[in-house]
Amino acid sequence: MRDAVAALVRDGDTVVIEGFTHLICFAAGHEIMRQRRRDLTLCRLTPDLIYDQMIAAGCARKLVFSWAGNPGAGSLHAFRRAVEKGEPPLELEEYSHFGMVARLSAGSARLPFWTLRDYMGTDLPVANPRIRSVVCPYTGESLATVPALNPDVTIVHAQRADAEGNTQIWGLLGVQKEAALASERVIVVVEELVDQSVIRADPNRTIIPGLAVDAVVVEPWGAHPSYAQGYYDRDNDFYVSWEAISRDASALHRYLEEYVFGVKDRAGYVERCGGLERLRASSKVCAGVNYGY
Amino acid sequence: MGTEAAVTPYTPSEMMATVAARELRDGEVVFVGIGLPNLACNLARATHAPKLLLIYESGAVGAEPERLPVSIGDPSLVTGSLMVCGMADVFQCLLQNGRIEVGFLGGAQIDRYGNINTTVVGDYEHPKVRLPGSGGAAEIAIHARRTVVISRLNKRAFPEAVDFITSPGHRMKGQTRRELGMPGAGPVRVVTDKGILDADEATGELVLSALYPGVTADEVRAGIGWSLRSRDTLGTVEPPADRDLHLLRDVLDPRGLYLKS
Repeated sequence: MRDAVAALVRDGDTVVIEGFTHLICFAAGHEIMRQRRRDLTLCRLTPDLIYDQMIAAGCARKLVFSWAGNPGAGSLHAFRRAVEKGEPPLELEEYSHFGMVARLSAGSARLPFWTLRDYMGTDLPVANPRIRSVVCPYTGESLATVPALNPDVTIVHAQRADAEGNTQIWGLLGVQKEAALASERVIVVVEELVDQSVIRADPNRTIIPGLAVDAVVVEPWGAHPSYAQGYYDRDNDFYVSWEAISRDASALHRYLEEYVFGVKDRAGYVERCGGLERLRASSKVCAGVNYGY
Repeated sequence: MGTEAAVTPYTPSEMMATVAARELRDGEVVFVGIGLPNLACNLARATHAPKLLLIYESGAVGAEPERLPVSIGDPSLVTGSLMVCGMADVFQCLLQNGRIEVGFLGGAQIDRYGNINTTVVGDYEHPKVRLPGSGGAAEIAIHARRTVVISRLNKRAFPEAVDFITSPGHRMKGQTRRELGMPGAGPVRVVTDKGILDADEATGELVLSALYPGVTADEVRAGIGWSLRSRDTLGTVEPPADRDLHLLRDVLDPRGLYLKS
């Protein structure tokens, strides 16, 4: 992870760490903080705890997003301090989920923008002048547009990949495929590195082809406190506790000192958390299909 | 609390979840949110609407969660669902496609015409309170064939006009949904902790349509920031049945995460 972040994440980059509740790569976020990356434009539909931590750690210049809360548990207080009090200043570029999805769809198709039937009657285009409209050349209808998002680097956490980066995800898929294919550079972080024969035995489960991947990092528990379907459950107690930690700037910095800057790597984090085995997923294995012909 | 002797006492949240469940018809396709909407949908599925199809914006279609989902992307939404798709499919091929019949919305502010604010309290550039933002709410408000809003009454939550329109209602700066080309019918009903508001068919204005047991119209008006009109005849709303309360308390939310108050 250290080598991948050192080589592929640079100061000033536009960075996407995707995963909708599921498979959020905290391991990569923590390593970016440890390597003191600065002036990043952080993009995610849901900034979640990981971007709250990165904002507090001073990595972010700008946030591009569509829903900035602690899902099911409260607020992101580092984000709120930045927006409400300018501590530290943070530029915002705000969409809805559909808008963010559409931006990454345009990016992955290498089109300049995407059209969607959205935003009429809302104040979002007032808050964000990059939300515009176009007249359909076939029907004359006015459609909303959002600009393509082509990140410098996208980081995706996945259950498994082979050494070439052919990446398989199951459970919630979010926008990882679009984000990876829209990006100049891609890091895939996996729970397990598998032999290519495992991938070839079930090719429909591959979400990102290896041709788009620059580095594969093996990092078990790399998505904790989010979850990895079939590997471990969300650590909801931690999400709930974040409300109190992030509300108090000094408590948040103590957290970062202990769990991010105070450990060498992900293995150190897992050891410091302790007891993560309690989150280990139960077994619900599907039957499989016949790929024969 | 319920007032009649034979009625088991219930909390406002339990009443709201039950009333919201009654909004759903068997076989409908519903876009579900976390919290009370999720409880309402799963209560409906366990009672009068076993064929209700639950779609979560995270991509789970036909979810039948065996535990209370604690987030919109809970892994229990995946296990045993009919389909799991990416979010581009959810928003483009299902929601924008017109497949969603009912959407649930909530918010920090709801105004006279059902516009909802989940973005900022105060000015956008210098907000007093920064709220989470739209998520999928703006497009649910635009595309779902109808939406149901769930919110507790108080004057700050129901101002004459919201500070920021995140999710459009029936009339936005003088323009109607139809003039703006929105496919869905918008927020037809607001389920509160004291009664039900409906959107007037002609004007789109929210009006009082039914009161919960033991509540007066003045108590509802005390929680509304504009001069609330009322239907000529107000409906009454049945309290939760014992079966509803059993399902909510013992099956759907046994730890009382969303139903305590």
